[in-house]
Amino acid sequence: MKSLEELRDLRKKVEKDIAVRKGLNKPKIIIGMGTCGIAAGARDILKTVMEEIDKRDLDLEVTQTGCIGMCEKEPLMDVQLPGKDRITYGNLSKDDVRKIIVNHIINGKVVNDLVIARLEE
Amino acid sequence: MKELALHILDIVENSIKADADNISIEIIEDIEKNIFSIKIKDDGTGIKKEILDNITDPFVTTRKTRPVGLGLSFFKEAAKRCNGSFEISSDNNGTIIEAVFEHDHIDRAPLGDISQTVISMLLWENEFEIKYKHIFNDEAFIFDTKEIKNELDDTKIHNNKIINWLKEYIDENISNLRGGEIN
Repeated sequence: MKSLEELRDLRKKVEKDIAVRKGLNKPKIIIGMGTCGIAAGARDILKTVMEEIDKRDLDLEVTQTGCIGMCEKEPLMDVQLPGKDRITYGNLSKDDVRKIIVNHIINGKVVNDLVIARLEE
Repeated sequence: MKELALHILDIVENSIKADADNISIEIIEDIEKNIFSIKIKDDGTGIKKEILDNITDPFVTTRKTRPVGLGLSFFKEAAKRCNGSFEISSDNNGTIIEAVFEHDHIDRAPLGDISQTVISMLLWENEFEIKYKHIFNDEAFIFDTKEIKNELDDTKIHNNKIINWLKEYIDENISNLRGGEIN
């Protein structure tokens, strides 16, 4: 079973500090984590985002927010590339999240059929 | 909510929004006494007296987007449905919430993915400490971010390799504690 001593060894191996924290010119993901979001599966959306970050070695800022009043469209996820419009995606599944990460975050193409709102930069 | 872990995540988000520095989650499972209890304690700004009296009424909320607040109402109803109890107390020093369920009640939701719940809390921007203690009959597992940060030194807890490791660490320990059962 894992023990905290192992954590010390892991720490030494982690060279790059790709913490999902604020940074200039980083793509940003915001996940709605109000009661409505959580009930609709937001926690697993966050989990999928973290898995994709790990798998694809991405450098992103991931933040969470409360209810924004579009409860019926939860789970919601906003994506903002540096200098671009903030796009809100809704009614998401885990597969949708993977699609958004590949198309929007990596290739810069908005996934139009999943967009529910757009906030101009 | 489909999992008790989701209720916990939801309630803790209130603590985070109340600017808590220390959040404690204590789960007690006592099979003999047929108890599944969840206690969440924070040192946040607390809830005003006039709101506290009706806090589990779905039509009482402090948020502005819509005049309905469901988090605490859901949690209370879940406990009541399982012949349990629900208590909340709050003052300037923080808030304590305790929900008790009958362990073997058919309507009691499973614990669920508790490690993912804890990890989701760690990924909030705000800085705070979490202590998660899980007691199963006579055994206990304690996850304390203060202890973790001590081991990590300068490496950030938000590092995705660290986060992944912590998730497995919690899963393994909880599964071991609960006799091979995670959820």
